[in-house]
Amino acid sequence: MSNRNLGASMKPLGDSALIVQLGEGISPSIHELVNNLSVLLNNHPFEGFIESVPAYNNLTIYYNPVAVHHSQINKEVHHARLTPFQKVSAFMEELVQQTRKNKFHDKRVVTIPVLYGGEYGPDLEYVAQCHSLSVDEVIQIHSEGDYLVYMIGFAPGFPFMGGLSEQIATPRKETPRLVIPSGSVGIAGKQTGVYPLETPGGWQIIGRTPLDLFLPAISPPTLLQAGDKIRFAPICPKEYDHYKEMKL
Amino acid sequence: MTVKVLHPGLLTTIQDLGRYGSQKYGVIVSGAMDSFSLRVANLLVGNDEGEGALEITLFGTTLYFEKDSLIAITGGDLLTTIDGENAPMWRPILMRKGSVLKFKSAIKGCRAYLAFAGGIAIPKVMDSKSTYLRAGIGGFKGRALQKEDTFECGELNELNHSLVQQLEKLNGHFTWAVNYSALINLKSSQTIRVLKGTEFNRFESKSQLTLFNGAYSITTQADRMGYRLEGPALSLAEPFELLSESVTYGTIQVPPNGQPIILMADRQTTGGYPKIGQIISADLPSLAQLQPTSIIQFKEVTHEEAFMELLKKEHIIDEIKMAIHFKRTY
Repeated sequence: MSNRNLGASMKPLGDSALIVQLGEGISPSIHELVNNLSVLLNNHPFEGFIESVPAYNNLTIYYNPVAVHHSQINKEVHHARLTPFQKVSAFMEELVQQTRKNKFHDKRVVTIPVLYGGEYGPDLEYVAQCHSLSVDEVIQIHSEGDYLVYMIGFAPGFPFMGGLSEQIATPRKETPRLVIPSGSVGIAGKQTGVYPLETPGGWQIIGRTPLDLFLPAISPPTLLQAGDKIRFAPICPKEYDHYKEMKL
Repeated sequence: MTVKVLHPGLLTTIQDLGRYGSQKYGVIVSGAMDSFSLRVANLLVGNDEGEGALEITLFGTTLYFEKDSLIAITGGDLLTTIDGENAPMWRPILMRKGSVLKFKSAIKGCRAYLAFAGGIAIPKVMDSKSTYLRAGIGGFKGRALQKEDTFECGELNELNHSLVQQLEKLNGHFTWAVNYSALINLKSSQTIRVLKGTEFNRFESKSQLTLFNGAYSITTQADRMGYRLEGPALSLAEPFELLSESVTYGTIQVPPNGQPIILMADRQTTGGYPKIGQIISADLPSLAQLQPTSIIQFKEVTHEEAFMELLKKEHIIDEIKMAIHFKRTY
């Protein structure tokens, strides 16, 4: 990790949130800092803390400014004239320092079974043609990759993942589909992802997982979380049906 | 008590103060667009201020009360009647069994809030009663109310009960009402106060001035997710790619066509458009009461001012809370 990644800057997102910027661009090492900071903050929240949301290279902290105003969240600093943003910034500065000293647990590895091609992956052949590969080669490349979930956004449980091989990176469709079924596994440029809900979308759909990514009745409510490592495992239609039956 | 929907209106959903704590899973916050009005409606019937209540949009909602019920109506004025007579707003009302509450159409503001003593008896999903329409969770079966839906109100607490008793003595209505004018603005043309957004400095200097000098109108593409505005175009000094990151209620983002979009209560958790401004929390409820074609003038304020304005409004709500506790004692 280079030194320039170690500086953190605080920028306000309005009067009730701030963004802790931990670096620029997309890299696993910056993201590790983001995730570690999030874990530390959630284990040691300040008074008025609402929630934190990790992104590629920053962490957004939501807080209740009135509660922060009435609290003494950092004893060393005289807070009388500080705004809630300044108080939370001071608290986060300190936490960023601690994040660098702490050891964190290894990442979770989540395997996602995927039935590639056929009616569940209508764009698999197109992706293969684009790169002069066979369908099996595309499946092999996609399922051999190690992927990192940088953040969850766009829809509940939707992972923004890095790690797709350039060999199968494919631009979005020119005309988005009106309906993409939930569980669809797609490629858009250098990203790959899984649709947790039925939505319109322009990704190239290469397969479908029988797993649910959004699980509103349990906690946490999503299969994947920022920081998870992902592997895709090819399955056959019989196995796909078996997974589906297990859920019933 | 049971309430039956005779006509659902344009869009009637159950909302509370939002589903916080799950944005990191991509779960949106939702919640009342005008949280001040929701809180006051709940306080007026003796509920916790964050109880679930109905958010009624613009027109058409008609409800039948199968039992006596304590309610309060706040927010925009939707010309509400009880059995054809004008219904008072911003005060507790005792609805009699068999009566009909009708929201005709908005003459001031955009959304009314209807709170019921005891709240609405529905299960919380991820710690909130707010309706998340797109995911189909929370609220009433994860959707907007429809004709023939019925719902129950929750158990009454001590404060709910004593307000009912007071009202019984006074023939069903108090003579006082909350003065909302210091809390929300229901005018159709408003000055909305803004903090510089995270990418403000990435916009060309002319656009930085235009944001605060120009007037923007709200287009018909305005809903609980966002308000698309129309006005002088805003452009970046030079194009750059922004990675997706958090956005929040009141974020003013600018897509490539230069016409700003204000993100509202049902915004997605993250976005990738540059953010030129952020509306202060104290003005979000007033913004939520603006209808399409309304005119907005943005005014820049400092963080200190934004916070002082919020403290002022919170103080007004605290006073209302104390007044309600006081009313029941005599």
